[in-house]
Amino acid sequence: MRFAFTDDQLLFRDTVADLLSKECSPEAVRWAWADETGRRPELWGALAEMGVIGLTVPEAHGGLGMNEIDLLPLLTEVGRVAFPGPLLETTAVVAPLLAENAPAPVAERWLPAIAAGEAVATVQLAGQPFVTDAHVADVLVVQHDDRIYAVPGDRLRLTPQQSVDGARRLFSVDFDAADAELIVSGEAGWVAANTAFDRGAAASAAVLIGLAEQMIAMTVEYVVARRQFGVQIGSFQAVKHHLADAELKVSFARPTVWNAAYSLAHRRPEVERDVSMAKCFASDAAELVARKALQCHGAIGYTTEHDLHFWLKRTWALSAAWGDAAWHRRRVAHVLLDD
Amino acid sequence: MDLNFTEAEEAFRAEARAWLEANVPTGLPSGDTRQGFDLHVEWEKKLFEARWSVVSWPKEYGGRGASLWEWLIFEEEYYRAGGPQRVTQNGIFLLAPTIFEFGTDEQKARFLPAMAAADDLWCQGWSEPDAGSDLAGIKSRAARDDERGGWVLNGQKTWTTRGAFCNWVFGLFRTDPDAARHSGMTYLMVPLDAPGVTVRGVERLDGDEGFAEVFFDDVFVGDDLVLGGVNEGWAVAMATTSSERGLTLRSPGRFCAAADRLVDLWKRRSALAAIGDLAAVGAGDPALRDDVAQSWMEAEAYRLATLADVSGLVEGRSQGARSSLTKIFWSELDVRLHETALRLLGPTAELIDDAPGAVDGGAWMKGYEFSLSGPIYAGTNEIQRNVVAERVLGLPRK
Repeated sequence: MRFAFTDDQLLFRDTVADLLSKECSPEAVRWAWADETGRRPELWGALAEMGVIGLTVPEAHGGLGMNEIDLLPLLTEVGRVAFPGPLLETTAVVAPLLAENAPAPVAERWLPAIAAGEAVATVQLAGQPFVTDAHVADVLVVQHDDRIYAVPGDRLRLTPQQSVDGARRLFSVDFDAADAELIVSGEAGWVAANTAFDRGAAASAAVLIGLAEQMIAMTVEYVVARRQFGVQIGSFQAVKHHLADAELKVSFARPTVWNAAYSLAHRRPEVERDVSMAKCFASDAAELVARKALQCHGAIGYTTEHDLHFWLKRTWALSAAWGDAAWHRRRVAHVLLDD
Repeated sequence: MDLNFTEAEEAFRAEARAWLEANVPTGLPSGDTRQGFDLHVEWEKKLFEARWSVVSWPKEYGGRGASLWEWLIFEEEYYRAGGPQRVTQNGIFLLAPTIFEFGTDEQKARFLPAMAAADDLWCQGWSEPDAGSDLAGIKSRAARDDERGGWVLNGQKTWTTRGAFCNWVFGLFRTDPDAARHSGMTYLMVPLDAPGVTVRGVERLDGDEGFAEVFFDDVFVGDDLVLGGVNEGWAVAMATTSSERGLTLRSPGRFCAAADRLVDLWKRRSALAAIGDLAAVGAGDPALRDDVAQSWMEAEAYRLATLADVSGLVEGRSQGARSSLTKIFWSELDVRLHETALRLLGPTAELIDDAPGAVDGGAWMKGYEFSLSGPIYAGTNEIQRNVVAERVLGLPRK
């Protein structure tokens, strides 16, 4: 029994965190809101260089061949800096789906390019109305019932859908059937789609933990610096208890996310239950932290001049994406209570 | 990351499970009543004879030298088998870690085996009428008596759990009245049959005589009953409050077992409907279904968090002030879990003490009343939130 990351996993995390803190500052997120594409290929390339983008791509295709447990700490760092870009979609969802299901020519077309940082991928599973980052995607993996297809990005017709999070780019997507290449279908197609959904839910839970941790850190910094009535506002018990509640929620969501990654990596039979528990707790925790963070910042947090809103808005988007807390709670209830 | 126990640990689990399933008593009255306490002590002695009473202690003191993992496994199996509350817990979980860290060899030999065997029954003497959350405000005094080589105690302790049934109390006494608030206190162990000690039972919210007030009128204790250094009692008491074997790292077994019983109660809801119109209350309410799932998940989250904490502890990473998060979480999940059960029971929830219409003998209401003490004892959750804010997050104390 050892419910902890290895030294290698933590070292990799620290290396990635170091890169992101330099290359994905709040100024970079602000730029992503304003820029037309909002994406910097050179940052994506730097992450690919480090092995992050191709982390789940098999070694035979030029990736690191690692699993969900290795990826989880990195996704939390991605959340911490509110990274703009489809890393969750490409690395957590599409790459393993292609590796496990795609016929050789499809796998060979996309996986080495993903690992090299030359191809960006995104995904649309059943029930997901919008596609993130379709404007920069080289390939869309899309589910129609039991069939999963790959569609080249340049064949997509896009209708932008404005997200509250200006750094998050959403689209309605349409394409001609002739441009869609079948990856998998039948029973294997359902399994692939369900696994992809669980991977996306667990990955978004990991990102939400990072978002929440950063909101707590920003708020602690603020309430220590800010003075009213001649004292630091962080000395007031009402403020302390807001932040203690925030820390409490995140502290007990975090291990459920680790557990979901473990269940996915080891294909445990409880994987659906474990993933849903993680997304339920992470969504609830991040939403509560967002409320507490804004309340403790006061009016300055209610402006777009302050950086806090980048994290608030990403939290609102991701807590609902890949199934919100209520949806995942009901899935756990189904597993536990229905014979 | 590896969520499997070793073969040796699984063998330990199998041994514990087999013994507990064969021996755990059913239907014991509350251990916080006179009669129930005696029956619980009998059970504690049986546990000791089979060397299950203090598994994590060294063998020489009656334990098995079990690792933290094995301790967790034992606790899981204990509550899974429906094992009753541990009336020895203030001794074995609160005092014992302090004796292991600060006691002399003589004190260890004198107190630990008798505690493990439930021959000595310990209660704690922290709170006083004017010192609850503000523990450093205690006034009970211990005056030096050089002639007899010891201390003369005067004052009063209160909210002493099972104080009316125990034969020893441990707690803090002021030995230097001129010292600053957190100084000048000494950790003392006092026999409750010493001349000058008066114990008065106090009925608790749940109707049991589980509380007591303890009065000290010129009570003499020898120097051999000082634990740690004179005037160093605060540090001695605090050093083990967040100990890995202390109450603050409360094992998840109890909550996981309660959550499983809640799931079972949900599944029995149609059978229970025969007793009252439960269908109108709980069974058809989707919100309640969600709450059952939420409670189960919270217990499971607590189990997972404990696995992470213990993984750190065995590699020397101390929990520190994060143990306050743990205390808030288990105590509040316990309340929510019982609230959900009561709402599921609807109009029968209020029935207690084996009333003919009571479900599960009224255990859910009893459990609810007990759960309500969790956010209060061992440092109120308001104090714990202050600790989290100041010592985990680094907010200013003033």
